[in-house]
Amino acid sequence: MSDDWIEACQSGDIEKEDVMRFDQGDRTFAIYRTADDQYFATDGLCTHAKVHLAGGFVQGNIIECPKHNGRFDFTTGKAKAAPVCVDLKTYPVKIESGKIFFKPG
Amino acid sequence: MPVEITKRDYSLVGKDTKAAEERGLADAQWYACNISRSRLKELMQRKDGPAIRDTLIWFAALVITGTLGYMTWGTWWAILPFAAYGVLYGSPSDSRWHECGHRTAFKTVWMNDVVYEIASFMVLRESVPWRWSHTRHHTDTIIVGRDPEIAVPRPPDLLGIALAFFSLKNGPKEIGKMVMHCFGRLNPAEATYIPDVERHKVYRNARIYILIHASVIACAIATRSFLPLMYIGLPSFYGAWLMVVFGLTQHAGLAEDVLDHRLNCRTIYMNPVFRFLYWEMNYHVEHHMFPMVPYHALGSLHRELKDDMPKPYNGLLEAYREIIPALLKQVKDPTYHVQRQLPRAIQPVTTHAPAAMATA
Ligand code: FES
Repeated sequence: MSDDWIEACQSGDIEKEDVMRFDQGDRTFAIYRTADDQYFATDGLCTHAKVHLAGGFVQGNIIECPKHNGRFDFTTGKAKAAPVCVDLKTYPVKIESGKIFFKPG
Repeated sequence: MPVEITKRDYSLVGKDTKAAEERGLADAQWYACNISRSRLKELMQRKDGPAIRDTLIWFAALVITGTLGYMTWGTWWAILPFAAYGVLYGSPSDSRWHECGHRTAFKTVWMNDVVYEIASFMVLRESVPWRWSHTRHHTDTIIVGRDPEIAVPRPPDLLGIALAFFSLKNGPKEIGKMVMHCFGRLNPAEATYIPDVERHKVYRNARIYILIHASVIACAIATRSFLPLMYIGLPSFYGAWLMVVFGLTQHAGLAEDVLDHRLNCRTIYMNPVFRFLYWEMNYHVEHHMFPMVPYHALGSLHRELKDDMPKPYNGLLEAYREIIPALLKQVKDPTYHVQRQLPRAIQPVTTHAPAAMATA
């Protein structure tokens, strides 16, 4: 295992079509699980007003921010609907032995 | 003993803006009632069905009353269908604007966006500026100097409130802003909440709105009849009264500058017809606390949270029995506000900062 990869959780820790917050040091991330068991990782805070996206709503590839319903495609980080205008940073994810790892840049 | 009135500055660029920032009231963390993630997820689920049904009923009612208005035009009987048409045009468009603005009414995004644009036009609100102003309203609900949507600044302007029932105060203001936007300009308050990348849309949409209104006026002149204006344009005025009846109950007379929606919003039980016209915005505390929950699930959300909420109002009458005396008192004493009684604190949690898994 390369030092760059960080273990976030077990694959079963996140429900299907859901998101979980993961903090490391002073950084915060959001880890997503889609309906077909793919995993993704992004920055944890909305680019609009720095609210934790893990309180939001996952629908397909979209995470909806809990504060003002801004939308991102969490697979690409693309801002999809106002009031978010700035894209979200995404990070590579891999699964090994049922554990989710991601590589924060 | 007379109370000395210090007028607060409700603009978004004045002394109270600075004061709100200094007091930590801007972009602050708000109280949220405790609800399990799994239950909240259930309530957040989106559906197209209820909003399609409600939109079809709404448009069908507009077509029927509009047709009856056409058939009776020129007689006194026309007053009745146009009274109904006007209120269906000028009032439910507010709640449709609102729900579709949050993009929670329909599951399908484009349906929210289409109804949002139509309803914005009908309620005489430019879709882009009002989306951003409403975003700020959710960030800083009834925080003086920050919230652009405080309907009743203190001391209340009673004449202004009376004029609002027929959009005679806000309507001309909105038209003035529309014209200003046509020329590619924003006012200073709008400049604080509409980002640069969105501004071209403001100007483009304003030109479209003005073009539509100008076409209807031209049509009225060409046919030498008010009739076209009775369908588009005027109903935003003569049909606005029910929107005001509903809308005033949301925050009027309640606390300013608090970080708890239970203290500055009202939840009111309403009959099914009102809930249809108002799209369940009578559950206003719940909506502000969890804006991701669609209108059709707000009743269920209310049942989940009600033990940690102040007592809801049993109908519009009960709410107005509180609001009218409160506003009259505020005319003399702008510091007065209704104090909502909170239940004994359960466990304060914040939705927006969910617990984290973390490395050491
Ligand atoms: S904080 Fe996320 S949309 Fe505003």
